[in-house]
Amino acid sequence: MSQSSRKKLLLMGRSGSGKSSMRSIIFSNYSAFDTRRLGATIDVELSHLRFLGNMSLTLWDCGGQDVFMDNYFTNQKDHIFKMVQVLIHVFDVESKSINKDIEIFIKSLTNLQKYSPDAKIFVLLHKMDLVQIDKRQELFNIMMEKLQKISNPYQFKLIGFPTSIWDESLYKAWSQIVCSLIPNINLFNNNLIKFNSILDAEEIILFEKTTFLVISSTASIKQQQLQQQKLLNGGGTQNGQQQNGEQQEETQDNSLDLDPKRFEKISNIIKTYKQSISKLRTNFNNLIIRGSNGTNFYIDILTENMFIMIILKNKNEIESDSGFKINQNEELLVLDNIRSARKWFEKIENSK
Amino acid sequence: MEAAIIPNPKSKDSNAQILLMGLRRGGKSSICKVVFHNMQPLDTLYLESTTKPTNEQFSSLIDLSVMELPGQLNYFEPNYDSERLFSSVGALVYVIDSQDEYLNALTNLSMIIDFAYRVNPKINIEVLIHKVDGLSEDYRMDAQQDIMQRTGDELLDLGLEGVSVSFYLTSIFDHSIYEAFSRIVQRLIPDLPSLEHMLDNLVQHSNIDKVFLFDVNSKIYVATDSSPVDIQTYEVCAEFIDITIDLDDLYIENEKKNPNKKNGRVVEDNNDETKELKSISHLSNGSTLYLKQMIRGLALVALIRNETFDNEYIDHSQDSNDNIANTTISDSEKSLTIIDYNVNLFKESLMKMWSSYKYSNNI
Repeated sequence: MSQSSRKKLLLMGRSGSGKSSMRSIIFSNYSAFDTRRLGATIDVELSHLRFLGNMSLTLWDCGGQDVFMDNYFTNQKDHIFKMVQVLIHVFDVESKSINKDIEIFIKSLTNLQKYSPDAKIFVLLHKMDLVQIDKRQELFNIMMEKLQKISNPYQFKLIGFPTSIWDESLYKAWSQIVCSLIPNINLFNNNLIKFNSILDAEEIILFEKTTFLVISSTASIKQQQLQQQKLLNGGGTQNGQQQNGEQQEETQDNSLDLDPKRFEKISNIIKTYKQSISKLRTNFNNLIIRGSNGTNFYIDILTENMFIMIILKNKNEIESDSGFKINQNEELLVLDNIRSARKWFEKIENSK
Repeated sequence: MEAAIIPNPKSKDSNAQILLMGLRRGGKSSICKVVFHNMQPLDTLYLESTTKPTNEQFSSLIDLSVMELPGQLNYFEPNYDSERLFSSVGALVYVIDSQDEYLNALTNLSMIIDFAYRVNPKINIEVLIHKVDGLSEDYRMDAQQDIMQRTGDELLDLGLEGVSVSFYLTSIFDHSIYEAFSRIVQRLIPDLPSLEHMLDNLVQHSNIDKVFLFDVNSKIYVATDSSPVDIQTYEVCAEFIDITIDLDDLYIENEKKNPNKKNGRVVEDNNDETKELKSISHLSNGSTLYLKQMIRGLALVALIRNETFDNEYIDHSQDSNDNIANTTISDSEKSLTIIDYNVNLFKESLMKMWSSYKYSNNI
């Protein structure tokens, strides 16, 4: 069992493309500014990360200098490319020699096909902050089209992300990469929906504790369900969906108005907060914000490995005449609901 | 003719004015941009050289305006109306580049002090020994010693012994510039002692470790209690404001957000009708961070350090079911309620204070 829960992730790309910087920001609490101190990675640097308790990731950060690269594709190829779950290939958008970059990408695809054909491939177009804002999307599309064409003969489906360490795009990419590895994601999703039907929240989001990557959220689940429903032609609505059918569509409308990048932004903000209070040599247990326009935020520990964030809207305004005390109690009620929810989620986590 | 480029300070007589001066390339515009416009320190590398005096309006507990003067101007040409300029100014901030040769700057400084002091003896003179991020720890102290010594000597030569000059070591890459500006601004607030007294009272009666009254936009603290300021606590509190506001902004609907995206915060602050922002965070070492919005874009941020807090919190979580059933509120919640009450009292008196201040100024 421990064998199967150990995941091997290859992080590849040419030297200077920003591989180690990413790793340090997401998994070692570096700030973007700190990554300047990083030197070149020599050969392969292994890091073992525990994620969601019993899932352990081994991240192979492969140094990108040509000497090492040649070595990977010749002497070490069975060592490197065996049992790979995920390949994350990083392209530097500012790179002068794109042909060389692609050549290396093809080489690793060839090897992957031979040694671990089931691997998932993620492509990150990194250092996007160096491209003018209006040109980013276009550049990304062109590049992805090209790469997909190249990888077609190898029957891999690429998933690409534009990233930069200076904004939240990095969190989006890594959150999806890591989520693709969680085996019982559906259990989490179902329970989250159930929890939401009790709380009637604007939105609930689950985060992993140390990295603060988004695991799941009510909005994204609903989107998936909606897509599934469309596939089923809307004919037979299932039991679970029938219950909160109305709510779903309402909140669907709401979440369209909201910032589509909000998850990554939240990850980023909370990460900054964690770094900030590490100056006091501590960590945080919860964060409750009573917002300026009636939105309340609750961020609390859910399980040993997860944080939960609940966003409630406009609940206080109804009760505002009786004022202060009711607010206080509502706060307690929500926190208590979270505590009760802990039992469910801990069960799922331990069931693996 | 040229005097016209200096804006007339008389039009805003009630403002406390801060004059930012220094030789060229000392870092004056960068300071303004970082402190008042939330610009990233690294981006200030690309600022153009300032050619004419610029004015920053900065409305906090008191209305401030910060005027930045171009470094390359010579103020002692007869057609400058320097006299009028200095006579209305509350504080003169002189920026010295510590990474550069500073002897020229010191001569320039003493000339300016000489002139300003004769025109306006009440002026506060503050010297920022700037860009210390590039100096090693020992060298910073040496530089400060040296600059203080030389300024003292020059002033002695000019026969100005009574002038008090304050020195600050600053850099825009850490929080020292905010700290320095906080001190400078505080010296201009007329009823600072009573504010501090109020905060002291709050601290005494609510188990608070440290409390700051922040200006939300600039992260300058207008007042704090009388215990010494620990720069780390300050940083954490300042960043807590950012985090609270950023999260809050995410869930404001788009229609509201777009028209005033740039000055969203300002609009929010001026609008007293909207609900006040409040946030509480329990830390795992038992402390609590507490933020509550006050009047006029101010926010009160407190660090509550309570050893028993954490235990209470955990206890509470264990037998929470019983507690909630009986609607008993745990001790941590109780003391938070006390703090809430006290902070509300503080806010009320702050409002009173401000209205009387406004009243007296109108007369």
